[in-house]
Amino acid sequence: MRGTTLSLCAMLWLPVASPAQEATERFGSGDTSFLLRSTTDIAIIRPVIETFAAARPDLTITYEQWGSNALFGQSRTECRSGIPEADAIFSSAVQQMVWLVNAACAAPYRSAATLALPETRRWRDELWGITTEPAVIAYNKAAFDGEKVPRSRFALLDAIRTDPETFRDKIATYDIAASGLGYLFAFSDSLEATTFGALLESFERVDAVATCCSAEIIEGVAEGRYLVAYNVLGSYIASAERPEVGMILPEDYTLVLSRAYMIPKNARQKSTATALLEFLLTAEAQALLSQVGLVSTMDTAETGLTPSDRRTIALSPALLVALDGNRRRLLLNFWEDTFHPSR
Amino acid sequence: MPRPRDLATRVLVAVLTILLLGGLLVAASTWWNGRQAARQAYDRILIGAANDIAESIRIQDGAPLVVLPVSAFELLAQAPDDRIFYSVTGPDGTRITGLDASLGIDGRARGEAGFFDADLNNEPARFVQVDRRFVERDFSGTVQVTVGQTLRARRAMTTDLMLDALWPMALAGLALMLIAWAVVRRALRPLDAITDDLARRDPYDLTAMPIADLPRELQVMLGAVNRFMARLDGQLEAMRNLISDTAHQLRTPVAAIRVQAEAAVDESSPDLRSRALDRLLLRTRSLGTLLDQLLSRALVVHRTDSAPRVPVDLREIALEVAERDDHALLAPGVALSLEIGEDPVMVRADAFSLGEAARNLLANALRHGEPPIAIGTERRGPEAVLWVRDSGPGPEPSVMARLGERFNRTSGSGENSAGIGLSIVRAVASAFDGRMDMTRDDTGFRIALVFRAEEDHP
Repeated sequence: MRGTTLSLCAMLWLPVASPAQEATERFGSGDTSFLLRSTTDIAIIRPVIETFAAARPDLTITYEQWGSNALFGQSRTECRSGIPEADAIFSSAVQQMVWLVNAACAAPYRSAATLALPETRRWRDELWGITTEPAVIAYNKAAFDGEKVPRSRFALLDAIRTDPETFRDKIATYDIAASGLGYLFAFSDSLEATTFGALLESFERVDAVATCCSAEIIEGVAEGRYLVAYNVLGSYIASAERPEVGMILPEDYTLVLSRAYMIPKNARQKSTATALLEFLLTAEAQALLSQVGLVSTMDTAETGLTPSDRRTIALSPALLVALDGNRRRLLLNFWEDTFHPSR
Repeated sequence: MPRPRDLATRVLVAVLTILLLGGLLVAASTWWNGRQAARQAYDRILIGAANDIAESIRIQDGAPLVVLPVSAFELLAQAPDDRIFYSVTGPDGTRITGLDASLGIDGRARGEAGFFDADLNNEPARFVQVDRRFVERDFSGTVQVTVGQTLRARRAMTTDLMLDALWPMALAGLALMLIAWAVVRRALRPLDAITDDLARRDPYDLTAMPIADLPRELQVMLGAVNRFMARLDGQLEAMRNLISDTAHQLRTPVAAIRVQAEAAVDESSPDLRSRALDRLLLRTRSLGTLLDQLLSRALVVHRTDSAPRVPVDLREIALEVAERDDHALLAPGVALSLEIGEDPVMVRADAFSLGEAARNLLANALRHGEPPIAIGTERRGPEAVLWVRDSGPGPEPSVMARLGERFNRTSGSGENSAGIGLSIVRAVASAFDGRMDMTRDDTGFRIALVFRAEEDHP
């Protein structure tokens, strides 16, 4: 079964009730079976896995695509039982991965390649950030033709304030109650600056749309239904291949997500899992990931973004706060008040 | 029997043991200190985070609500690789929020200031529990905040602190060891030299070992050994002399006695036999005197080596010798005068040896000198003198030069030679660090024993 037909929505952290995978694909036909569970769409990551499978003909790699909540639940259960099925887990819901590592569900591994990672992209030598994906502002190129594109949150705020009617019903962002990734970005935003509150207020004034699913948002921007989409994962825009959609890395700060890779404690194919980790960190794999948009170079010359403006969502225990029930409820209430004040 | 270890090894092993024990103590103490320091440092972080969380609790709609502060977790991330636990519970133990409801961290073990140790996911961890009391209109009670952290950073810090402290100490220990080795080697070098010397020494070699450059303790020891060897040497020498003297001195008279005895036996005429017997008797008597002298000399030589030296008044010696009747036997009718003063003339010596010497001097004067004869003592500055004087001219210069040597019994000196007698005198003089003086003047010939005077003895 090919995963291309799947909605990009499936990659996001949705409160999916089903505890099972959404798609499965096998690579290679070797004697050793290796199970990789991931939240990344098979269609996007296929070239990378294929290259690894070609280098390791002894393996039969089973790639399971999961929703992040389901994957989290499953991994937690397997961790408690002590018998993990997955040999490696690769998820964009990094706060859940941090939770798993904190709960002693991961196996440690050290090598020159992992130690070369910046500290924000590894924790305890049990969790490693593989990709580099900025949260961007997507915009409809035609709508801003000749006009000044807002290059930062302040510019966006000013634009909305000056001309609210243009933007009414034309701003989209993730529904954080429905999208785990949206929640993670909103949470990170709420930590970064007070801009977040002002932004939400502006969104409220122009009746911004909170919706699920990157694909839907990108589609909307491409068709001109939305002028601007806030906090969209850049990698999805790159892989959506919609030339009508422009991408802004906000110049005040740009959140950068690094999908996290983890090897469950007691994994059966630990050595293969570390081999895959080593492979993912090679220049070759990083180049492949870059081609599919999962690694953004964010070149300073191209984007005008200085390194200090990049806020990599650090793999650290501070992310546990994002999972805290009280805290989550507060943020959601705030969000609800903004987008559904009438309710 | 196992081979005894050498001194250097013993000392080095002792030094090494002391250093090792010291090093272990120091290591244990720095480990303990490091552990305490790390514990304090990270306990502060822990309680800081717990207070941070406690501060963030507010009452909303009659229930406590925790706005979990990221700062608390950033504080905990000071231990970047440690796992974290937190939970907030209400008054009746209900869970308000927390990391993982399935982790039952038992706070009952909480000790001083709310800290306690427990396992977190099978890893040892440190916890703190902080209480916050609320007395509000719609909520009152105590909310407990529990925060915990595994010990990785603490251990790393303990190790770091310990290693930081131990590195220089280990280097210092090594330096001390090298210095100790060098010092011990250096201190024991003279001993090695002596050991070598002794190992190579001929067992019959009784000469003194050089002690000039040795440490004091070794000088004392070797000095004793040297003195012992010198005495042994002296005794051996004396024994050899006695045997050789006796053999030498007795051979001729005994041969003469045998010849005369044979002559007497062969003599048929009673008159001649009687004369031969008289001569035999004379010879025998002379032999007796000679034997006496030989034994006396051996005794003197022995005593000078072994008898303790005590203060002796030379006047008493002179008096005793003068009052004995020996001289009357040797030379009846000869006038003997005693010339001694009022004050004692003290020396430190052996009274018997001095008596023998004086007796021989007197006998010598009686036998060879001319009357009148005098014996006396005097104190001459730092010297004490015991002398015998006769009125004759004394022996010829050629004889005088050899007087007192051991073998000067020339064929012409006759049976009652002064040879052995004066050799006794000379032996006594040298035994007590004195000398024998011979002077000739108008009044006659005088032989004196001169010693260093002992201060007056009470």
